[in-house]
Amino acid sequence: MAIDVDPSRLLPELPLPSGPPALAVDGLMLFFGGLRVLNGVSFEAREGSVTSIIGPNGAGKTSLFNTVSGFYKPAAGAIRFRGASIDALRAPARAQLGLARTFQNISLFHGMTVLDNIKLGRHAHMKSGVLDALWYRGRARREEMELRREIEEKIIDFLEIDHIRKAPVSALSYGLRKRVELARALAMRPKVLLLDEPVAGMNREETEDMARFILDVKEEWGVTVLMVEHDMGMVMDISDHVVVLNFGQVIASGKPREVAANPEVIAAYLGSGNVEDLRARVRQGAQAKRGAV
Amino acid sequence: MRIGTAKTSYLADEALFDTAVQRRWMVALLAALVLFPLFAGPYWLYLGCLVAINVASATGLNILTGFTGLVSLGQAAFMGVGAYTVAWLEINLGTPFLLNLIIGGCSASLIGMVVGAPSLRVKGLYLAIATIAASVILHFLFANWTAVTGGASGLTMPPATFFGTPLDQPGKLYWVIMPITVLMVLGAANLFRTRVGRAFIAVRDRDISAEVLGIPLLRTKLTSFALSSFYAGVAGGMWAYFFRVITPESFPLVMSIFFLAAIIVGGMGTILGGILGATFMTMVPEALKLIVGGLSPWLPDAVALLSPVRTIVFGALIVGFLIFEPRGLAEAWRRLRRFFHLWPFKT
Repeated sequence: MAIDVDPSRLLPELPLPSGPPALAVDGLMLFFGGLRVLNGVSFEAREGSVTSIIGPNGAGKTSLFNTVSGFYKPAAGAIRFRGASIDALRAPARAQLGLARTFQNISLFHGMTVLDNIKLGRHAHMKSGVLDALWYRGRARREEMELRREIEEKIIDFLEIDHIRKAPVSALSYGLRKRVELARALAMRPKVLLLDEPVAGMNREETEDMARFILDVKEEWGVTVLMVEHDMGMVMDISDHVVVLNFGQVIASGKPREVAANPEVIAAYLGSGNVEDLRARVRQGAQAKRGAV
Repeated sequence: MRIGTAKTSYLADEALFDTAVQRRWMVALLAALVLFPLFAGPYWLYLGCLVAINVASATGLNILTGFTGLVSLGQAAFMGVGAYTVAWLEINLGTPFLLNLIIGGCSASLIGMVVGAPSLRVKGLYLAIATIAASVILHFLFANWTAVTGGASGLTMPPATFFGTPLDQPGKLYWVIMPITVLMVLGAANLFRTRVGRAFIAVRDRDISAEVLGIPLLRTKLTSFALSSFYAGVAGGMWAYFFRVITPESFPLVMSIFFLAAIIVGGMGTILGGILGATFMTMVPEALKLIVGGLSPWLPDAVALLSPVRTIVFGALIVGFLIFEPRGLAEAWRRLRRFFHLWPFKT
């Protein structure tokens, strides 16, 4: 049994740009107490590519993201961002460098409008201080107006969310919230964009919209995309490179079609496909339990 | 009814008052504030000044508690720092009152940052307790640092002077206090259409994702503390010029609770909430006093009988607000506006 991929749907294989990878992770180790969450994870995301990280639940994908964006401090390993080490930097500093991310369970600010949420993305790149802000005229206003224009013309227009710009986030549907979160990440002027399950819980149409946006972000903005996703159809369709994680280890990586054909991946993802195997395992478990009693 | 709010620039879209009707009302309000001292008697002027001082301080607390989500019960103590600084400067150096107010604000702001330092680790009720501890320490200083604060007997200061004219009446001080308060409130309103204010709200709503956006938590929280206590310090300074006697009992803990109640009743996290809440909390006891006084021709014992009832009614009003309008007077006002936006059609 193999993951069903229609070869005609795959993207033509473009040669990937050379130069240092946009993001390189090397031998990352992370422990939660005695639990080994990441066990020597290494991979590279080439500049201007879409790299997907897949794997069963609990494989450590989100922990990997949290480590890369600076929430978790790894026990060992190195993270290089466009050739430079960012191990010593905390989350806000990494954001300022151009490492933007979205969250699995959307983390927008519910009390604010869509526009304010997107504007927040630019926070680290703006300069006006408290006194500018209190007075507003002058620097603060100039900066805010520049930001507003850019957000309107580049982001809101691009993501087709102009009808909801003044709506409070709490009033939006799930799919729109995901889109607003992407908008906020884009406002951060990202060089590398980490998307944690961008289409989870979306219907077919919303998923296709999101896939289109991700491809456009890659092509038009030249942003390197690193994405965790469970929707295999989308992963296989839009990724240049796929990394498979299981129990905190990289078990395979390569082009989508190579990975899809890798027997180890299929076993990790779908089981071995042999019903007898499963029965035997269940029986064994039951016997072990009986033995223990 | 409101028909279309067509705008042709982002500037117009982000203006504080974005419709012509709103701007007209604001002009009317400003005119009313200017004309008020020409018609009001000394008692009303006294109340007007008191409301303005409380609005300034409540707006400051609203920045910290309403917008940044850091509960503080130190507002009165910060006002005390401002008041003592201003009084000390006025008595010992006689510097111009505007300068004194600014220095008072800055000194309160410094103390505020020190008090706010634990806020990175402690939140909610724990932070409230930490600020209570800070205000107890400050009160101890007010009462015992006799060389500066005059100890238990406090400080008695001369009035502020404006080009030789002593501002010793509420009618004169009104022209100082009201404009400063208006400027402070406008400043706060401006704050929340810029990156600084947005960062405060982001920290309140979800401090973890704020960090991913490049918002440094500690710095943002300390900025909020500094700004909020600057407002308290200036309000305390105005309070000092207004009453001219400052004792350690002038800024009790109950006063901090008063401000917290004011922003809850008014509406946390809205500029209007600070204004409405402080006005409500200051005026309702006075209004109840007037009502009781007005009843005395018919009920000769009204004052004696109803004075305790007054306190109960005041308390009941606050509880009523918490139950029926938990998002405060500002929300009620917003609903009223929406009604008129759609009127005469039904909402």
